[in-house]
Amino acid sequence: MDAIAKELLKEVAGMDATPDGAYNIRENSACAGRNSTEQIQIVSKTDKSGIDIIVAPGVKKDKVYIPALVTCSGVHDLVYNDFFIGEDADVTIIAGCGVSTDGCDGSEHNGIHRFFLKPGARVLYIEKHIGIGEGTGKRVINPETYMELEDGAYMEMNTTQIKGVDSTDRVTKAVQGPNSTVVIKEKIMTHGEQFAKTTFEVELNGDHSSCTLSSRSVACDHSHQIFLSKLIGNAQCMGHSECDAIIMDKGVVSSIPEITANNLESQLIHEAAIGKIAGDQIIKLRTLGLTEAEAEARIIDGFLK
Amino acid sequence: MLELKNISFEVEDEIEILKDINLKIDTGKSTLARIIAGIVQPTGGQIFFDGQDITGLDITERAKLGISFAFQQPVRFKGLTVHDLISLSAGRELNQTEACTYLSEVGLCARDYIDRELNNSLSGGEIKRIEIASVLARGTVLSIFDEPEAGIDLWSFKNLIDVFQKMYNKINGTIIIISHQERILKIADEIIVLAGGNIISHGQRDEILPRLLSGTDKVNFCPYQKEEA
Repeated sequence: MDAIAKELLKEVAGMDATPDGAYNIRENSACAGRNSTEQIQIVSKTDKSGIDIIVAPGVKKDKVYIPALVTCSGVHDLVYNDFFIGEDADVTIIAGCGVSTDGCDGSEHNGIHRFFLKPGARVLYIEKHIGIGEGTGKRVINPETYMELEDGAYMEMNTTQIKGVDSTDRVTKAVQGPNSTVVIKEKIMTHGEQFAKTTFEVELNGDHSSCTLSSRSVACDHSHQIFLSKLIGNAQCMGHSECDAIIMDKGVVSSIPEITANNLESQLIHEAAIGKIAGDQIIKLRTLGLTEAEAEARIIDGFLK
Repeated sequence: MLELKNISFEVEDEIEILKDINLKIDTGKSTLARIIAGIVQPTGGQIFFDGQDITGLDITERAKLGISFAFQQPVRFKGLTVHDLISLSAGRELNQTEACTYLSEVGLCARDYIDRELNNSLSGGEIKRIEIASVLARGTVLSIFDEPEAGIDLWSFKNLIDVFQKMYNKINGTIIIISHQERILKIADEIIVLAGGNIISHGQRDEILPRLLSGTDKVNFCPYQKEEA
């Protein structure tokens, strides 16, 4: 693995060295390292590119790393990863994707991740997307996430994309059974001429299911973001989506909510706010001795933390 | 240490002249405080801080010289935590225990608050006390409090007064408090009475306070203001 791949790996998965436990590192559409454990099996798919990750029932506080790296220009990667989480298992999945371009062909990674949670399973899914490299080629990441939660399952997805990715079209879907919980936290910052579109679609099918969806984003320069959130209540359920965006320079953000209650006992809320950094916030931090630029950076930093 | 020479504040547009008069009556004190902190530029006059003319300095430069300002209505931030604010105020990353000390001083159970965001989930009283704690953390030679008692009804004045007295002993500097509260006026060394955009009296507490309370100065001061409100 070269220096660029190592840098990406550190940024995306916080990995300095080979982790203990289960992992699979994908580099330029090939496997650059894999380890299965007794509790977490990782096997290649036979019909298409990708892997199956099978987490045994009852696993407690385990971790699995699934980073994907695209380090050479001109690679257009497409991968299918399926996660099967056994009953009452509790696992943290660190995924994410780093794309580097030093040529001008552009690089692309399209990952399709599907999660199947058995009753009582708990998943913390951490996904980070970054783009680096001096090349003028476009760095494109289009992730798709699909989750299916059975009775009492819990899934939290933390997704972050800070700078560097030129174009992203993210689709996240969840189908929830009874007593299940989905928490999605998205953080996005776009620069230059970047474009980011995120679509969330959650079907609350089981009684006492709940979903909290929050997005915080910053659009700078001439970048453009679209946030679509669709909550469908088909049972006695609670759904809350929240979009907070800061616009700077000539940045543009659209927030499009859609909430549908098909059941009298559905409670669905959407909140959205878009605006520039409040002048009062900058003044307050300046009275503490920060310059205007420092104040702005601190506010953005906290907002996306 | 602080000297204001012929400070005036007018709104340029002639149509606004009348509004200017209202502004002086309703918010003359706040405007004056904001002028000292550099948030508002005066249209005339000079400000001296420890003998240095700071009229041309901006907010950041004045803050660095040692001027602190507690907002009447504290600013809320999505994302910044109480810990972040106290650290920024102190000018260095404080550990949990250090940051908690300042919160305890304003009567907040520190561990419940330290990691909370400065967003709308905090009540007006809570954020007000955090604002005061942030000024304590700065520990500058000049601190200005714009109506510190507003919004902290549930917290006794006695505690607030203790905070100011403790701070006074510690910083060995000047604290300017804008207040309508008799109990706060009682701890002042000096009292300046502002009305209609002018200083109507200025002197030692023992000289001014009895006159304010007996109504000698009140005649020019309170009824006029009440009428406007």
